[in-house]
Amino acid sequence: MRRTLRIATAVGITVALASAIGLAGNAITIKGSDTMVILGQRWAEEYMASHKGAVLQVTGGGSGTGIAAMINGSADIAECSRPMTDKEKQEVEAKRGKKPVEIATALDGLAIYVNTSSPITKLSKTQIKGIFQGDIKNWKDVGGPDADIIMYSRENNSGTYAYFKEHVLQNEDFAPECQTLPGTASIINAVSKDPKSIGYGGIGYASGVKALLVSATDTTEAIEPTEANVDSGKYPLARYLYWYTLGEPTGDIKALVDWVLGPEGQKIVSAVGYYPLPKKASAANEKTKTAADQ
Amino acid sequence: MANMQAHGPVALVQRRRWRRLFSPLPLITGFLTLCVVLMLVVILWNIVAGGVGRLTWEFLTTAPSQGMTAGGIFPAIFGTVFLVILMTIAVIPLGVATAVYLRYYARPDAWFSRAVQIAVKNLAGVPSIVIGLFGLGFFVQFVGVGIDKSFFGGEVTMGQPAILWASLTLALLTLPVVIISTEEAMRAIPTDYLEASYALGATRWQTIRRVVLPSSMTGILTGGILAVSRGAGEVAPIMFTGAAYFLPYLPTKLNDQFMELGYHVYVLSTQSPDVDATLPLLYSTVLVLLLLTFALNALAVVVRARLRVRQAV
Amino acid sequence: MPVITPHVSRTRPSYGLRPADRRRDRIMKYVITGSGFAAILAIILIFVFIGKEALPVLTSPEVHQEVTLSKMVTPLEGRAGKPKAYIWQPVSQVPKYSLPPLVLGSLKATLVALLFATPFAIGAAIYSSEFAPRRARELIKPVIEMLAGIPSVVLGFFALIVLAGWLKDLFDWKYRLNATTAGIALGVAAIPIIYTVAEEALRAVPRQYREAAQALGATPWQVARSVVLPSAAPGIFAAIALGFGRAIGETMIVLMASGNAATWSWSLGDSVRTMSATVAAEMAEVVHGSAHYNVLFFIGALLFVVTFLINFLGELYIGRLRRRLTGSAA
Repeated sequence: MRRTLRIATAVGITVALASAIGLAGNAITIKGSDTMVILGQRWAEEYMASHKGAVLQVTGGGSGTGIAAMINGSADIAECSRPMTDKEKQEVEAKRGKKPVEIATALDGLAIYVNTSSPITKLSKTQIKGIFQGDIKNWKDVGGPDADIIMYSRENNSGTYAYFKEHVLQNEDFAPECQTLPGTASIINAVSKDPKSIGYGGIGYASGVKALLVSATDTTEAIEPTEANVDSGKYPLARYLYWYTLGEPTGDIKALVDWVLGPEGQKIVSAVGYYPLPKKASAANEKTKTAADQ
Repeated sequence: MANMQAHGPVALVQRRRWRRLFSPLPLITGFLTLCVVLMLVVILWNIVAGGVGRLTWEFLTTAPSQGMTAGGIFPAIFGTVFLVILMTIAVIPLGVATAVYLRYYARPDAWFSRAVQIAVKNLAGVPSIVIGLFGLGFFVQFVGVGIDKSFFGGEVTMGQPAILWASLTLALLTLPVVIISTEEAMRAIPTDYLEASYALGATRWQTIRRVVLPSSMTGILTGGILAVSRGAGEVAPIMFTGAAYFLPYLPTKLNDQFMELGYHVYVLSTQSPDVDATLPLLYSTVLVLLLLTFALNALAVVVRARLRVRQAV
Repeated sequence: MPVITPHVSRTRPSYGLRPADRRRDRIMKYVITGSGFAAILAIILIFVFIGKEALPVLTSPEVHQEVTLSKMVTPLEGRAGKPKAYIWQPVSQVPKYSLPPLVLGSLKATLVALLFATPFAIGAAIYSSEFAPRRARELIKPVIEMLAGIPSVVLGFFALIVLAGWLKDLFDWKYRLNATTAGIALGVAAIPIIYTVAEEALRAVPRQYREAAQALGATPWQVARSVVLPSAAPGIFAAIALGFGRAIGETMIVLMASGNAATWSWSLGDSVRTMSATVAAEMAEVVHGSAHYNVLFFIGALLFVVTFLINFLGELYIGRLRRRLTGSAA
C-alpha cells in the first residue's frame, strides 16, 4: 500500500514536471542593447498594461548579447543601438533560417558626458578620438584645467561601444586605460562622481552630468544634442536605435512593432529621454521592409 | 624562556600580570580583531541606514515600475524562492546520498572513495564564474540543445537560459555544503545504534533508512539551509544561465527565465536608467537580500545547536 | 562501516533476511554508490566541458586565424606608429586577445586583497585562540560567520557605491575604481576563510605544548611567539593560500569595482581587468562557437586550474600539519 502510494507520488511529480516544460508560450523575448533596455522595459510595461494577454520579457546585456541571443535562438527581438553587420546577418540566416529585418524604433544622440563641474562645453570629433585613444592625456590640451583625463567606456558587447568605435575612433582601438563599465548608467554614475572624467552614452541617461556640444571637425560649429539637432542630422553623433526581428514580423510581434512605431510607443520614447522617429524614418522602415522581401 | 628577574612569589605574579596586560601581541591582535568587527558593523550600518527607508510591505509585494525607479521587488523575491526550491530538490538527495556513500559504503582506503573526497573538497573551491561557465556550456548548450533535438524537433525550448538550468548550476555550487554538513551529523551518531540495528538483523540500507537518516535530519537540514543561503546570494552562476533584467510575469515553467535578488542588485547598480533615483530602491534590495541570507544562516545555527543538545542527551 | 552479516538463524528468517529486503539493499547499494559518483563526476565534467570548449584555442586552425597561444602572450601590433603592446580588444576589426593584462589584473587585485586581509584575519585568529576571554571568542565566531555570509554582489555594491568614494577622498587617486578599491572589498571577502583555517591550525597545536611552555614560566605572549606560532605556521600559510584561491576566483566584486581596464602597469592605483570579470562581462555576448567564445573558456580553464592547484596544495598541507601535530602526541 505504501509502496503504491510512493510510486504514485513519483509518477505524479514526473507528470507535473513534464507538463511544466512547455513551449515558452506566446511570450515575446526582447534582448540586447543596454542603451535601449530602459526603453524596451517601458514599452513592455505599457504594452502589457494596454493589451491584456500579451507577455513580453526584456533583458539587457548589450547589443552584441541580443544578436547572439537571436543567433542562438533565445530571443525573438534583438534590440541594437548599432546596425547589424553583414556577418551577423549571415549568421542569423544560417542558424535560424530567416533573414533579420531591421526596424528603426527611435532616435538617439550619442552624448559625450563630463562632470557638471568641468569648464569644457564643447569638443570636436577629432579631439574626442584623441582623448579616447590616449593621445590627448590632459584636460589642458583641450582648453580645460591641468589634470589627467579619466576615460569611461562601455564593455565590448555594447552597441554604443561599437557605434562609438566606428564613428568616432574610425574603427581603431580604445586606449587600454579606458575603464570599461557594464552599463551606461554606471558610466553616468562614475562621471558624476569624478570631476576629471569623460564618458559617452545615449542621451536618454543624462542626469547629474553635462552633455557636451560636439562638432564634426575642428572647424565646424559645435552642435548640442537636442531633439531638433538630432532629428535634422546636424548633431554629428546621431544614430537610430533598432529592433531586429526574425523575418518579417507577423502576428503578436507585428502588433507590438506597429504599436511601438505608432504614437503611443513614440510618446514613451520621449518620456524615457530619447527622440522619437522623424517622419522620414517611417519611410525608411518601409524601404527596409521591401528590401528584405527581395 | 621565562625571565628570571623576579624575586619572591608575589612579585613574580604581579609582574606577570602587568606583562600579560600590556604585552604587545595580545594588544595588537585584539585591536586587529576589533577592526574586523568594525568592518562588519560599518558595512551593515551603511546598508541598513540606506535601505530601511523604502522597506515597506508594498516594496516586497509589488513589481518594479517606471523604469526601476519605483515599485517593488516582488518578482525578484519570487524568482529567488522558486530558484532556490528547485536547487534544494536537486542538491539535498544528491548531497545526502554522497555523504552516505562516503561514510557507509566506501572502503576508506580504496582509491575511489579517496578520489570522491578530493573531488568534494575541490568542488568547494571552484570559482563561481567557472561553475557558471560550466552551467552555460553543459546544461544550456549541451543538455538543453540535446533535449531540444530529441524531444522537440529542434525547436528552441530547453536549449536556452532557463530557471531549471540555473538551479542545477547552483546545486553544483552548493553540493559540497550539503555533503559536509550531512557528514558532520552522521559522524555524531553513536556506533551503538548501528550495531544494535545490525544485531537485530537489519540490512545496511534498512539501518541507514531507519537509524542514520532520522538521526542526521538536523544536520541535513542545516546543510540545506546553508546551501540555500549561499545559493540565494550567488550571481555569477546565474548570469548567463537564466537570470533576466525585467520580466513582467512570474516564472511558472521550468524553461522560464526569472528575476533574482542578487542579479537585481547587480543590474540596478550598473544598468538602471537613473542611478541616483534608483539608489534608495537599490539599497533596499540589498537590505532584503542581506536579511534573507542572515536569517537563513541564523536559522542554520539554531538548528545546529538543537543537534548538539540532542546529542548531549 | 562494513556490513556485519548476522548469524543466519535456522528458524524462520527475521526481518532483515527476507529476499525482498536483500534485494532492496542491493538496489540501494547501487543507487548510493552511483550518487557517490556524482561529486567526482561533477569535477570530471567541469574539467571536460571547460577543457573541450577551451581546446580549440590550441588546436583548431579556424580559431588560429584569429588567435593563437603565442599571440595571446606576446605583444601585439596596435596602432600604426605605436610600439607593440599587450592589448585586449576582442571586438575589433582585428581582434586582439592578450592574456598578460588580465592575469596581471587578477594578481594585482588578489595581492591587495591578501595584503589587506592577512593581518586582520591572522591577528584575529591568534587573538581568538590564544588570548581572548571566552565571551570575546563567542562574539568573534558569529561576526566571522556573518562576514562570510555577505553575498559577494553586496560587497561589490558596497565597494562601488560607498568605498570608492571614501578611498578617493582619502587618497586622492587618479582612478576611483581600481585594483585597490576592488582589492579591499576582495580582502573583506577573504577574511573569513583565512581566519577559519588559521584558527583551526592554531587550535590544533596540542595543549601539551602550551602547558609545557607555561610550566616553564612563559607568559601567553611568549607561549604564542615561541611555541604555538611556529607549530601552526604551515597551517597559517595554507590559510593564506586558500584566501588567495578565494580572491582570485571572485567575480562580482571585481566586475563592479575594479574599472575593468586591461592595462599593463604595475601600479596598484590603476584600474584592472581581471580574468573572472572578463569572462563574466563578455560571456553573454559571444556567439556559441566563435573564437572569442573559445578564448573566454580558455580563461575560465586557466582560472579553474589555478584555483584547483592552490586548493589541492592547501588541503594537502593542512592534512600534513594535522597529522604532524596530533599523530605524534597520541
